[in-house]
Amino acid sequence: MDFQDPAFLSRILTLLTLSFHILYATIGVGVPLMIMIAQWVGIKKKDDHYILLARRWARGFVITVAVGVVTGTAIGLQLSLLWPNFMQLAGNVIALPLFMEVFAFFFEAIFLGIYLYTWDRFEDQRKHFLLLIPVALGAAASSVFITIVNAFMNQPQGFEVLNGEMVNVSPLLAMFSPAVPTKVAHVMATAFMTSAFLLASIAAFRMLRGSTHIYHKKALFLTMKLGLVFAIATALIGDFSGKYLAEYQPEKLAAAEWHFETGEEAELILFGVLDGEEAKYAIKIPYALSILAHSNPFTEVIGLNEFPEDERPPLWIHYLFDTMVMIGMWLALFSFVYVVAAWRGWAFIQAKWFRWLTVAGGPLALIAIEAGWWFTEVGRQPWILRGHMKVSEGATTSGQVDLMIILFAGLYIILGIGTVVVLSRMYRRNPVEKELAARENAKGGEEQ
Amino acid sequence: MTLEIIGISVLWLFLFLYVIVASIDFGAGFFNAYSSFIGKQHILTGIIQRYLSPVWEVTNVFFVFFFVGIIGFFPQTAFYYGTTLLVPASLALILLAIRGSYYAFATYGAKINHRGYIYMYGLSGLLLPAALSPVLAMSEGGFIKMDNGQPYLDYWTLFTSPLMWSIVVLSLTAVLYISAVFLTWYSSKAGDLKANELMRKYALIWAGPAIITATGIIYELRGHNPEHYARILDLWWVFALSFLLFAGTVYLIWKKRHYGWAFILLMGQFFTAFFAYGASHYPYLLYPYLTIYDSFTNESMAIALIIAFIAGLCLLLPSLYLLFRLFLFDKDYVEGKSDYHA
Repeated sequence: MDFQDPAFLSRILTLLTLSFHILYATIGVGVPLMIMIAQWVGIKKKDDHYILLARRWARGFVITVAVGVVTGTAIGLQLSLLWPNFMQLAGNVIALPLFMEVFAFFFEAIFLGIYLYTWDRFEDQRKHFLLLIPVALGAAASSVFITIVNAFMNQPQGFEVLNGEMVNVSPLLAMFSPAVPTKVAHVMATAFMTSAFLLASIAAFRMLRGSTHIYHKKALFLTMKLGLVFAIATALIGDFSGKYLAEYQPEKLAAAEWHFETGEEAELILFGVLDGEEAKYAIKIPYALSILAHSNPFTEVIGLNEFPEDERPPLWIHYLFDTMVMIGMWLALFSFVYVVAAWRGWAFIQAKWFRWLTVAGGPLALIAIEAGWWFTEVGRQPWILRGHMKVSEGATTSGQVDLMIILFAGLYIILGIGTVVVLSRMYRRNPVEKELAARENAKGGEEQ
Repeated sequence: MTLEIIGISVLWLFLFLYVIVASIDFGAGFFNAYSSFIGKQHILTGIIQRYLSPVWEVTNVFFVFFFVGIIGFFPQTAFYYGTTLLVPASLALILLAIRGSYYAFATYGAKINHRGYIYMYGLSGLLLPAALSPVLAMSEGGFIKMDNGQPYLDYWTLFTSPLMWSIVVLSLTAVLYISAVFLTWYSSKAGDLKANELMRKYALIWAGPAIITATGIIYELRGHNPEHYARILDLWWVFALSFLLFAGTVYLIWKKRHYGWAFILLMGQFFTAFFAYGASHYPYLLYPYLTIYDSFTNESMAIALIIAFIAGLCLLLPSLYLLFRLFLFDKDYVEGKSDYHA
């Protein structure tokens, strides 16, 4: 590691910004849908509790959106500041989805402003509900477009290279690279899943703190059901992603699974420590990698040894892959148990230990998001544009990146602490019992 | 009209819109802090928050739009400006981040009313234009130099240049002037006489410095970039028109009449000056390295971007209209009769 090398430092700063931004971005994509569902259920069932749920989520959502917007602006500009040579080249091919992302963001920003500042302004809650559709659509669309940009970096297409320049560019072909379907679907499903489990964490936490109101029970049951649906979707799409990798980016899959020799009946490796080319203390599941890669236990899976050594991703991405998959599996199983038990009326889900496990769900999902993104990004090392440009060729030549790392790290610490402090203060000062009572009073006042 | 001209015009238009909405935002923060300092905060805070809350995020998007757009249409700019702007742009980003998140934290979440924060917020609004405006100076040439085929920014020349400092001063005075005129109008719509009186005073105070520094810059350019100066002289009539519009705004505010028109004339003043400045800069994006022609993206991407742009506008304009109707032209909301926030 060379701490003088702008390319290395640029990687660190990009990692820092994206890792921080992705937490807020995930919430930003997932929570609008949850708010929308809660409001819809509230209107359908004529149950004021769900409407209040939507309203309280929306209030906290503003805080996370604010940080998401400013860190998103930071990464948007950092792309050009830290990777000018890359942007100069790739900008010719991939500007379109980047541009469309801004429009989606614009659309969302406008309607979010309107949605937040028109509570009770319309007599009919259904009208207000309509405002949420563009918010949720805009949020989802911007994640789609930005994931398309990332998919392009993993699997570039839609251009030809002539004397180091990209010619015969086809913007649409570049947008729809083979990596797009699995990536976009996975990003969306995990964002929805993570948001659902985060909101479930909050409800469970309030119940652990002694709040017995029916409101929290409704919130918990709704979010766990949604969490289960999206966890199953995530697992299915994860399987498709494995097949995509086997087909188009075999070196990433091979590095993730420490699969060195190309061969049939490949085994899946869980956990373990690498000793040379031998995985020690690992759980090895025969045939599973072949099944993951090609849905057939006897097919051949390409091994890492097929690739020149300077084009292999680092082998530690195996741990990231394990972390992501284990958490995903756990959350799917856990929410399944909860939902079944809730239907059957089994009491253990109200036990303290079970509630604490529910509280852990949200943070675990966020860890899985981080692990998944690190896996996908480190897994395409050494390329910034796979097959075309290496990371070291894309970076800035500026000598001041180290200073900027310190500045931005400070900023993210402040923003992170700020979010936690503001959010907890906001809800602690105005617990749901108090707000419900205030609403009752206000209604009573009108009738007199 | 060539694709290059369409591209740069679109971007210049969005930069113009950002300058206007961001000025209102930055200036409002400063006036809020200043009035808190002299003990008159209660007069302005309500008005300012009512305007800013639903739109601050939209303001931010105009900025994102500009820099994403310029990389899209002119990818070469990433190479020159990206490499050289690391420090000033990062500083601006950090200020922007603190400002944006603080605003949401304070007005929405914690309802902080601590004076220290209000001052910091106000000050950051002045530092931001100061951090962003050197880019305009850099585009005039002489500050970005080449070393082994890699551009770098000559900080010493930049910080000792009268041109750079004139642009910084202009951006500050313009921010305060634009913001004051807008808030004069907004407070008069709200029927808030006290706020209106205060903002009218600020508008008149900042009108003079704004126009003096703007003229000063043209003079600075004569020495710094004679080619650009000559082109400005060719367009003298547009700048003269801009000055007339400026005089119109000041007259109406002085006479306490038609504040809405005063603001429209102000928009006209800045629009003409901004576009005349941009046109006189033509064809350079970065003098003398980069023109809009040699940095332009390939044709198929340019067409795709313009189509996306038109489609985007079809979505955007009605939405913006709705936003303005609800928060700018709605009497009950502007007067603060009801607070509908979640």
